[in-house]
Amino acid sequence: MLAELGFGVLVLTFFLTLYSFTAALYGEWKRSEAVVESARRAMLLTWPLLTLSALALIYLLVNNAYQVSFVYEVTSRSMPAYLKATALWGGQAGSLVFWAWLMSAFTSLVALRKWERDRELLPWVLVVAAFTLAFFLSLIVFFENPFLRYWQTAGGNVLRAVFQPANTLPFIPSDGRGLNPLLRHPGMVIHPPMLYLGFVSFVIPYAFAMAALITNRSDDRWIRLTRRWTLWAWLFLSLGLVLGGRWAYDVLGWGGYWAWDPVEIAAFMPWLTGTAFLHSVMIQEKRGMFKQWNMLLIILTYALVIFGTFLTRSGVLSSVHAFAQSAIGPMFFGFIALTSFFSVGLLIYRWGSLKADVEIKSLFSREALFLFNNLLFMSVLVVCFWGVLFPLLSELFTNQKVTVGPPFYERATAPLFAALMLLMGAAPLSAWGTASARTIGRALWKPALAALFVTAVLFFTYTRHPIALIGFFLIALVLFVTFYEFWRAARARTKAHAENILLAFWNLFGRNRRRYGGYVIHISMMLMAVGILGIELFQRETQGTLALQQSLVLGGYRLEYRDIARFPGPDSREVTRAVVDVYQGERYLGQLYPRIDYYPEAQQNMTIPGQRPTLRDDLYVLLVDWKPASSSGATFKVYVNPLVNWLWLGSLIFLAGILIAAWPERERSAEQ
Amino acid sequence: MKRHFFLIGALIAVFAFFWPAGASAQGSTPSDDDVNRIARELYCPVCENTPLDVCPTQACAEWREQIRLMLAEGKTDAEIKQYFVDYYGARVLAEPPRQGFNWLAYLVPPVLIALGAFVLVRALRDWVKPGVTEAGTGESEPPADSAESDEYIQRLAEELQKRR
Repeated sequence: MLAELGFGVLVLTFFLTLYSFTAALYGEWKRSEAVVESARRAMLLTWPLLTLSALALIYLLVNNAYQVSFVYEVTSRSMPAYLKATALWGGQAGSLVFWAWLMSAFTSLVALRKWERDRELLPWVLVVAAFTLAFFLSLIVFFENPFLRYWQTAGGNVLRAVFQPANTLPFIPSDGRGLNPLLRHPGMVIHPPMLYLGFVSFVIPYAFAMAALITNRSDDRWIRLTRRWTLWAWLFLSLGLVLGGRWAYDVLGWGGYWAWDPVEIAAFMPWLTGTAFLHSVMIQEKRGMFKQWNMLLIILTYALVIFGTFLTRSGVLSSVHAFAQSAIGPMFFGFIALTSFFSVGLLIYRWGSLKADVEIKSLFSREALFLFNNLLFMSVLVVCFWGVLFPLLSELFTNQKVTVGPPFYERATAPLFAALMLLMGAAPLSAWGTASARTIGRALWKPALAALFVTAVLFFTYTRHPIALIGFFLIALVLFVTFYEFWRAARARTKAHAENILLAFWNLFGRNRRRYGGYVIHISMMLMAVGILGIELFQRETQGTLALQQSLVLGGYRLEYRDIARFPGPDSREVTRAVVDVYQGERYLGQLYPRIDYYPEAQQNMTIPGQRPTLRDDLYVLLVDWKPASSSGATFKVYVNPLVNWLWLGSLIFLAGILIAAWPERERSAEQ
Repeated sequence: MKRHFFLIGALIAVFAFFWPAGASAQGSTPSDDDVNRIARELYCPVCENTPLDVCPTQACAEWREQIRLMLAEGKTDAEIKQYFVDYYGARVLAEPPRQGFNWLAYLVPPVLIALGAFVLVRALRDWVKPGVTEAGTGESEPPADSAESDEYIQRLAEELQKRR
């Protein structure tokens, strides 16, 4: 009953979305306010409907309705209820429903805003959003239906269908296959929604951009209208990436957080163009230049969002041939081709009207530096895109599978990231319009000297690794420049408003949220860079098989194997947990409990590390293999990951920075 | 002058692509660390994008033992890697081997990046020095001698913009 309801509602929503699309077009064509209004209301209806459908699916998931094939595939009786509910995004069909649900929520929010002032944009925003939503709904309705049920024929064959085929009886498995153990982790519960939120919310600025192009509004109104959307989208996407990294670090058991895996890169690529976009729209807002470029960036971001979903959902990454076999692969491909063709075609058509008098006074002006920033982000994108694409091309053209792994990306992107950091140091000190090498040099030399001093101290006390020293110099430079900017601005306030320095500092954020939020983000990025440099350049590891009371030594730590125990855990796991005493020199630091969780239903092991995080390093111990305690002992793999916790610390500050930047401004919101 | 900077930058980018992966040392008794040193640079032949040293499957454990065996036989790192490539194909390497079609993997990004840099620098050169464009954008540019007063007008316009 619920399955029919859920599916029926999905079909209804699909047609409603098509109606909204058509009515918006027709209303615009006939200049009929009433028809456009009808399109808007249709769009508003999609959200409650999809909510109903998603709730039906969640109800089935939580209540072990194993006749529904999606429920059978992603849940099992032993799973806790919260995991059953979040298994919604643990499989293909459910995650598409979730995508569509978020998309309709965002589109409804947009439809609900006051449209008096920008009425001419409304139908086109609806057209773009409805088209995207209809595409995802069509995937669900026609190819990846989560409400299919099992039916058994008289001959014993099991079929999948929503409605009961003739001469069949319901087939209800007694238990489900259960969620992939890798996904049974709190990080996995929130990482996909964050990523999807980021993906979906980038559709909104794209829709506005297209509306602006179609209506030939060449001003920056669409950018101002979507500025906060873009920031939130960027926040979610960034959080999705960081949470994914944290999950990998805690669960995958390879001592790292980022492996340049194509799935990771699929989410990283729209982040790159989105970040470039966030910077370059400022040039348009301040100087009215590069309108075409900003359009191109948002089109690219949208295409990469769909491309990212395509990469992870079509099976193309395991093999190009899997792509051809999967039903949704070609659909995605067609959709990306179609939307890119239309968007770029439209952009070319409007190219002339977007043209502005470009005048850059100096290569050191802020707008010029932002252009270099864009070039670098696009360069990283080129490396990532090609790295993901090349194995597919190789398989297609030479029938040879190849891997493009971390060495490729690290070698190519490290100099680009270093150059970005240099820009991050210089750009805040330059001015819009006029700025010369001399003015920047005058502002830069003090922070540069301080950074040099820090580097020298590190040289004598911490490392002589040349790349590390360059990295730390750049990090210190950006930090000093940013602090210098804060201090300069706060001091100016103390003079102008007779405020004390702390109050002045606080008020800075109120005055120009985007700028100072942006600076906080720069600081957070540098803290993350400390962590990345630390783990990339100084990670140490060792592995050994120990009998009880034996020790492994690494990076000043000594780990003594004390005990091992097996016991049943929650979620029907079989837990094998080792107890390891940690010493630094002779000092006892405490115990770590690396463990192996075995999931019998999936016949899969999860290697969960024991961790001892400090700001200096992270001691990360894995139980790789074990024998009964009486015999030859257990194999441990130990990593010392220097500085890596700065990465997680940085991501918290990043969150703060973006909240500052995206927080509504009183004056502005009144104006809008 | 500035163009030279970009040329050098582009050269560095190209050079960085060809920088060989670090050579590894050779141990006499194959410990787990010796095995992992090589396994880390190989990819599991069956799982996707999983380095051999961390892959938890039974098959990978056996492949690691294979490495240990070969190390004990006195095989070099390169020979062991080649053995895996011969048996399981180039996909076991962390990067495509630099030969034939695979050169595209290494050449396309630096070429595209250099192209992007070239286009940007060319454009900036046009934008930074209005008035001395060759064919240029086709828009009427003010004569070079009015640059000073032009700057004044620009600044005035900006001030007005700010006031608005």
